[in-house]
Amino acid sequence: MTRPPDSALRRGYLLCHTCHQVSAAGAAHPQCPRCGAPLHARKPDSLTRTWALTLTAYILYIPANLLPVMTVTMSGQGEPDTIMSGVKELLLGGMWPLALLVFFASITVPVLKLLILTYLLISVQFRSQWRPRERTVLYRITESVGRWSMIDIFVIAILVALVKLGALATIDAGAGAVAFGGVVVTTMFAAMSFDPRLIWDAMEKQND
Amino acid sequence: MPAPTPPELVACHDCDLLSPLPHLSEGERARCPRCGSVLFERKGHSLDYSIALALTSLILFVLANVNTLMRMNIGGRVQSGAIISGISELYAQGFWMLAALVLVVTILAPLVKILAILYVLAPIRFHLRAPGAIRVFRLFETLHPWAMTEVYMLGILVAMVKLKDLASLEAGVALYSFAALILVMAATDSSLDDHEIWERLGHLRDKTA
Repeated sequence: MTRPPDSALRRGYLLCHTCHQVSAAGAAHPQCPRCGAPLHARKPDSLTRTWALTLTAYILYIPANLLPVMTVTMSGQGEPDTIMSGVKELLLGGMWPLALLVFFASITVPVLKLLILTYLLISVQFRSQWRPRERTVLYRITESVGRWSMIDIFVIAILVALVKLGALATIDAGAGAVAFGGVVVTTMFAAMSFDPRLIWDAMEKQND
Repeated sequence: MPAPTPPELVACHDCDLLSPLPHLSEGERARCPRCGSVLFERKGHSLDYSIALALTSLILFVLANVNTLMRMNIGGRVQSGAIISGISELYAQGFWMLAALVLVVTILAPLVKILAILYVLAPIRFHLRAPGAIRVFRLFETLHPWAMTEVYMLGILVAMVKLKDLASLEAGVALYSFAALILVMAATDSSLDDHEIWERLGHLRDKTA
């Protein structure tokens, strides 16, 4: 590299996150000339917001796994189900492909997502120079895969609707499901508020 | 005063690199030379194609929401459930936050998305811009990650497996409609070239201004 690559910020341009228009930075509160969305060189307070949302998700993750996500009552006998016991049940039923899928969506994805976001935040804060391209890919995967963790919430929504036969069999949602839904939503917002361009800003500063 | 737009430049969403605007043929995509993310692609489908798919989605969406998803038979007692009854049952059990969350991601977000496509695209076809089209299309872009139709379908599958030892299950009309809806919505999303829509909206405004 003889010359640092041109970033929009360095050249005084702003990219609209909504409609992808590039325009010259000028006004104090610039708006996109095409769609009117407020423009920012970088997502506002990206690190602070992402930290706050990620930490919130960590805290919610504890009750999400410890509290029952639902309680199945069969002929008077109530049995609380956690996320983990739901996966175990699928495994014992011999449905290992589905068990694997639910394990991946409900347990692996949220944990990995939190760890990756934490790593990205720390790497940006310490101005890491290590493999920016791979870190950007990691971010893209994190952003796109998070929604699949909602499966468990939907399973509960369907089960409570189908199984309400009074004394015979009932399924009630549990507080764990609320916490788990909270984890999915906060990590989605956390991924949205992180700005991957910060990874590259650190690289450019090094070149100056 | 809108700032002047630089001619022929694109910036990367993920790493901010400026590149000259690539001239793509239909079906090609341009990737950022520095970080590899897709800058944009020319999908090469006509507006009519996207509008037709969105209309089909709307019909399937209505069918999937007014009919029964599944009927369950436990010892002669039949219980049927629809998408909305899962939401109202969560609400009845006092879990209003969960009910609201499921309502937004399975019903409201997909519905508003479909309607937004129709509202913005149909007038463009006749070189017109609907009132508030720009705002509506911004809403469409925002809602994108929150419409979780396909995730819900997997949820249905998992729920069916969990119930199969307990009772005999019978699929309702809504289940088939829902399965079709996922395919058609995915086709709609992949046919829609949002860069092109934004360009057209911009040109139409220049004409009306």
